[in-house]
Amino acid sequence: MTKANTYVGSSMPRVEDQRLLTGKGEFIDDVQLPGMLNAAVFRSSMAHAIVRRIDTSEARALPGVVAVLSAADLPRPIPRIPIRIAPIEGAERFLQPVIAEGCVRYVGEPLAIVLAESQELAEDALDRIEVDFEPLDPVSGIGDARRNATLLHPEAGTNLVADYQVTRGDPAMADDAALYRRTESFRIQRHTAVPMETRGLVAQWDAGQGRLTVRGAAKVPFFIRNHLARMLGLAQEMVELIELDVGGGFGVRGEFYPEDFLVPFASRAVGRPVKWIEDRREHFMATAHSREMECSLEIACTSEGRIIALRGEIAADLGAYVSPTGPIVPSRAAQFLAGPYHVPVLDLHVVAALSSRTPVGSYRGPGRFEAAFFRERLMDMAARDLGIAPDEFRRMNLIAASDLPYSIGQLVPYEGPASYDTGDYRAVFDRCLEDFGWAERRKLDGREVAGRLHGLGLACVIDSSGAGPGEHACLYLQQDGNVRVHVGSSALGQGIETTFTQIVADELGLHPERIRICHGSTSLLDEGHGSFHSRSLIMGGNAIVVAARALRDAIRNAAAARFGCTGDEIRLQDGRACKAEGQSTAFADLAPLEGRGSFGGAEKPFGYGTHVAHVAVDVGTGHVEIVDYLAVEDAGRIVNPAIVRGQKIGAIVQGLGGALLEHLVYDDEAQLRTASLADYMLPTAADFPQLDAVTLALAPTPRNPLGVKGAGEDAIAGPGAAVANAVAAALSRYGVEPKELPLDPPRIWALLAAAAARACR
Amino acid sequence: MKFPPFEFHRPGDLPEAVDLLLSYDGEALPLAGGQSLLPMMAFRLVAPKALIDLSAIPGLDGIELNGDSLRLGALVRWCDVLCSPVIANAHPLLVEAVRHVAHYQVRNRGTLGGSLAHADAAAEFPAICLVSDAMIDVVGRDGKRCIAARDFLLGAMETDLREGELVAAVRFPIWPAGRLWHFREFARRSGDFALAGVAMYCDPDRQAGVCRNWHIACFGLGEVAQRVDAVEAFLEAKPADTAHIREAVLIAQRHLVADGDIHAPAGYRKALATELLGRGLNEVFKAVAGGDG
Repeated sequence: MTKANTYVGSSMPRVEDQRLLTGKGEFIDDVQLPGMLNAAVFRSSMAHAIVRRIDTSEARALPGVVAVLSAADLPRPIPRIPIRIAPIEGAERFLQPVIAEGCVRYVGEPLAIVLAESQELAEDALDRIEVDFEPLDPVSGIGDARRNATLLHPEAGTNLVADYQVTRGDPAMADDAALYRRTESFRIQRHTAVPMETRGLVAQWDAGQGRLTVRGAAKVPFFIRNHLARMLGLAQEMVELIELDVGGGFGVRGEFYPEDFLVPFASRAVGRPVKWIEDRREHFMATAHSREMECSLEIACTSEGRIIALRGEIAADLGAYVSPTGPIVPSRAAQFLAGPYHVPVLDLHVVAALSSRTPVGSYRGPGRFEAAFFRERLMDMAARDLGIAPDEFRRMNLIAASDLPYSIGQLVPYEGPASYDTGDYRAVFDRCLEDFGWAERRKLDGREVAGRLHGLGLACVIDSSGAGPGEHACLYLQQDGNVRVHVGSSALGQGIETTFTQIVADELGLHPERIRICHGSTSLLDEGHGSFHSRSLIMGGNAIVVAARALRDAIRNAAAARFGCTGDEIRLQDGRACKAEGQSTAFADLAPLEGRGSFGGAEKPFGYGTHVAHVAVDVGTGHVEIVDYLAVEDAGRIVNPAIVRGQKIGAIVQGLGGALLEHLVYDDEAQLRTASLADYMLPTAADFPQLDAVTLALAPTPRNPLGVKGAGEDAIAGPGAAVANAVAAALSRYGVEPKELPLDPPRIWALLAAAAARACR
Repeated sequence: MKFPPFEFHRPGDLPEAVDLLLSYDGEALPLAGGQSLLPMMAFRLVAPKALIDLSAIPGLDGIELNGDSLRLGALVRWCDVLCSPVIANAHPLLVEAVRHVAHYQVRNRGTLGGSLAHADAAAEFPAICLVSDAMIDVVGRDGKRCIAARDFLLGAMETDLREGELVAAVRFPIWPAGRLWHFREFARRSGDFALAGVAMYCDPDRQAGVCRNWHIACFGLGEVAQRVDAVEAFLEAKPADTAHIREAVLIAQRHLVADGDIHAPAGYRKALATELLGRGLNEVFKAVAGGDG
């Protein structure tokens, strides 16, 4: 046996950090290739219009401009961007062409790509492209979309991508006239991830070998590789996608966007390497948006507060096209609407509609943030109506440990039934309240202190993780005694080089410095499925466990042959294979050896937890201060506590951004009004100094060998709900009930003004 | 986000700068700290044919206290204001306002002349000029002229500067000892443009328990910073009590003009400005009563 785990479970410093903190990371804009051109994308300034003509002649005539490519220069049919996850039936009617042809459907849609000798020249050329638009009425929001008066894709005959019902339990149960019930409508604003580093690509066509190399991949390099090869008519092995360091992904980076075709296509067209770096303004219109959703929801419970049913409708705005991940947003909102509570009857109508806005895609915790806000707000209103404390109401309705695993039924149309796995939801809930000092702080609820009203708010969340196909890993023991690990997961800043190293170190009894994690290229493995849905540790990590155990057996067998014993008698320690009587040999002497492994196909694990927010509201200005915030969650098993804590805190801050600050604003003409970091408000270091996250390893999941649950996303689900509940509690004397985010100062002011008007009537 | 092409000049004195500006027939822009202009160029919202960089012109960064005024050169940066012992005494309200200007990186480069010429509705410095009855010295084709702040600030990004004219200096009237002042603004995040703000000062008559010579300006809510003359007149020599604050706020509500944008509707901005005014008056009145001004 190997010695007991020493690395897994420890906060080993991140192996990535030496490189990154000393400026030795390589990001896409660091790449310089001989003869490289810069690209700039010409984007639609109209939300919805017929494109009568594009005149690029003046742009082409500018010295230093090498080419300007528009739809006319692409092969027919213009390739369309495929759906990657959440394949809703009929969604394929609304796929985005890689370049607009004949019609534009949102501000920012690519119409042409300029290649020039410098970025400045490329941007100068953009100003010289002229388009003759025939304006059409924009579809400016969910309501507009559902009326179907203006159709974005007339051939489909509707703006609705999805229109379905999910149910569980006996609906008749919910009709009992004796039940308390309340119906409310909620809304989440359009907002998105906004990673610090925008997207970027460097494509390099090697005409001699007929081979294409694309740097700047992230998230799902193999998926992009496969579809790009198909669109370009190339064999998969002639296309290599390479990952570099990235400044954040959060779900939006690394999906298939128009530029993922246009930049490689342009490189092949002109026979020179091409770099494209998305600028911040185009990022806001070109990279996926998310979260925009309306919900009308009825809660039915017994007079004691036991929830019987949640029924209603979720309607999401998916933007102008169905992106590779678009339908995941409303479908997961529906799936997670009941959260970690025992809700016998669930009956939800799900609508996804198209509007003249940037396509919507997955953003960290897609649907979970929204679902938690809708549910937890309504629960607080119900608890208040029933005279039950919000903590009591939740404790009573949380699924009991003894009821796990808990079947949630089939709540998405493209997957079978699911079940929550392990945990103790009430224990984590109680721990959170205790650590936060809920009972003592609760005395401040609704009280004025130094001119501001204080309030506490709760939210309980649950999240699946580890979706998609299985992952693959190969471990190679090299002649120098080091182990090289090839894995199909991709790095988005979540520290997988470190956590994977810890896993291998423990499995092989090898010092971390002797382990190198290689995930950067589609040439390292036959296939891989990347990093999304908090799956890297679950899929990649467990594939590595399987592969490491195979390599361990190979090392043992090789050593056993040398020592004339059986493999069982060999122990691996400090990079040596040891026989009991003190005979040992270095791994290097046994090289080369390899181990391969895959993991996948199992049911998903479900992480869960409780969030509590303490806010102070300045009634005069509408400012909401986060006085304190705590999340306690259960990740099943933790490989690196420091990394997990960083993920959780980062997710909370990002969620607080969605709760209080961030909003992609469109006007009535479907023009995006927030196209800079001055207008789109991200949380900064000064905004939320007081918060913490505690992650427990309480209930390992039996659904993977490591026992881990995803840790990257679930914590973003809580803040919208917890903060809104805290604001409601703070302003309870006015009867203010926030039903819409963000809770920015003007909204607080408007809520108070409406409350004052009610009081006067 | 790259600059459009432009020509670049770095003149050695003001007349040369004026001549250069005029030679471009209105298509050149002066460059001071560049903290507003350069981002606008990167966004290609403006594309001047030439930039006339003022940084090599000597004498534009002076901080001088004369007998009757505090004179600040146009290239005095925010960070210079914050660490100047002269200004700390000669205009404490200005120092407090400058603390609220953007982030420290911006304060290290941004200049008060640039801010004044740019005339953003939410900028602190134009509001301080307005509330302080500052005089703006400008230089142009026909030599110098002096413009009162009230006449200089015309609208959102609109000033009385004529073609070829440059801000050379700003002169503030001398600040008497014992003057009470208050500045506050509210922004969504620290360093953001204020959704509204208020700057005020007055001279207390402690024996009478009243204040005279009220100067009050609100900014960030409309196109341009606004003096609230009616409130100033109302408060003149009024006893420092809450009833008068309430009345002053009501008067301000009638006189202030607010606009809405994506960050806040007009109604909110006006309500915010009057809220801040009330809070400011409360602080000033407390100081009158407490005698710790």
